[in-house]
Amino acid sequence: MSLTHAFFAILRRDLILALRRRSEIANPLLFFVLVITLFPLGIGARPQLLQAIAPGIIWVSALLAAMLSLDSLFRSDFDDGSLEQILLSSHPISVLILGKIVAHWLVTGLPLILIAPLLAVFLGMPQPAIGVLLLTLLLGTPVLSLIGAIGVALTVGLRRGGMILSLLVLPLYVPVLIFAGNAVEMAGNGLPVTAQINILIAILLLTLVLAPWPTAAALKMSMS
Amino acid sequence: MKFIPDPVGRFFHRMASPPHFYALTETLMPWLTAIFLIFLALGLYGGLYLAPPDYQQGDSYRIIYIHVPSAWMSLFIYVVMAMAGAIGLIWRIKLAEIVAISSASIGASFTFIALVTGSLWGKPMWGTWWVWDARLTSELILLFLYLGVIGLYNAIDDKRTASKAVAILALVGVVNIPIIHYSVEWWNTLHQGPTVTKMDKPSIHVSMLVPLLLMAIAFKFYYVIAMLQRARLELLQRERTASWVKKMLMEQQL
Repeated sequence: MSLTHAFFAILRRDLILALRRRSEIANPLLFFVLVITLFPLGIGARPQLLQAIAPGIIWVSALLAAMLSLDSLFRSDFDDGSLEQILLSSHPISVLILGKIVAHWLVTGLPLILIAPLLAVFLGMPQPAIGVLLLTLLLGTPVLSLIGAIGVALTVGLRRGGMILSLLVLPLYVPVLIFAGNAVEMAGNGLPVTAQINILIAILLLTLVLAPWPTAAALKMSMS
Repeated sequence: MKFIPDPVGRFFHRMASPPHFYALTETLMPWLTAIFLIFLALGLYGGLYLAPPDYQQGDSYRIIYIHVPSAWMSLFIYVVMAMAGAIGLIWRIKLAEIVAISSASIGASFTFIALVTGSLWGKPMWGTWWVWDARLTSELILLFLYLGVIGLYNAIDDKRTASKAVAILALVGVVNIPIIHYSVEWWNTLHQGPTVTKMDKPSIHVSMLVPLLLMAIAFKFYYVIAMLQRARLELLQRERTASWVKKMLMEQQL
């Protein structure tokens, strides 16, 4: 089996598995919507304040939703032993793992992007900002999955890895949050956002190339 | 082709042997302590007594003799930790793993000290305990990175596996620190600009700078002492079934 073939085989397998367990897709999405609904309840229905902090709210909620969904990335494969089979394969592990991460992003990241415009309207975000919000989510959520994969790979063997995972992963999410939140806010004020978008693209490419290596190394360590 | 000259290789091989490391650090310890105390005394004397008060900040600027060296150490130790972790991962040297994990909690303490002294300094100078300023924020995130390393190490029962996990995490962190630092810098800044590392002419007077550098050296030695003590304990803990530990304990009892 060629490498491309193996990559797509893993991608296809993970997508089929996810479609058979639809709650895995629905849970992060529901969480995302719920957290955003809680903000107006917590700070009062003040449209101006909500509009001002909308980019931050949406991005922080996306960060938390992405982090919560991470556990499903390797958990079931770790439990039933298919992760061991992947690690034993003759192909480079980092590429096969990238296939799993892509599948995970398609299942958990993409729905967030699809529902985001609705939430942006909820919070009264101005029209031009919504487009930029979608663009930053499109560039940013894959980064969240890629960096998160390192954290899950390190903690997958632990019985209670959940708490420690957030400590490992959230500080590494900071640059994405800063640039994405700032871009959306600038766009809301009618300012150009090319610089922020370019940096987000750079971060995405960098993590796409670099993140699968430590993930593979950490998985090998977790299985040993 | 050989990149590493023989004497250096021999030195590392010998350092990698636990009994040798244990004996060597025991003989080095008094010397390190003496050097640390000398630099500390000189630095404190120069900083608290000889250096003149600042024309704007009065005597309260003297907190830099703790604050700035701690902040330097917080970054320095993270890099040391990542390098030791990498050495441990690549050459499977047990001692490098121990050095890496022994550094983590010292680094976290220095980061915490830098944050607390910065906050104490910020109150009279900026009129507030905490501002979401770039350097404060990146220092806070650095503290979280340290806590992540310590938490991960404690969460994994098998310590050899835990050391590998910590090394991978520290390497990921060390790639991320510049990115986090510059993104936070770009996000917001209020902190005074660097006063020492400006290449053309430091904007700090020499009578204040010399004690600061002395204190920085003293802190480096303190780190080495504290790290070696922790490493020795960790080594004994891990090697408690090895024959050299048993032999040493027998000799001490006699």
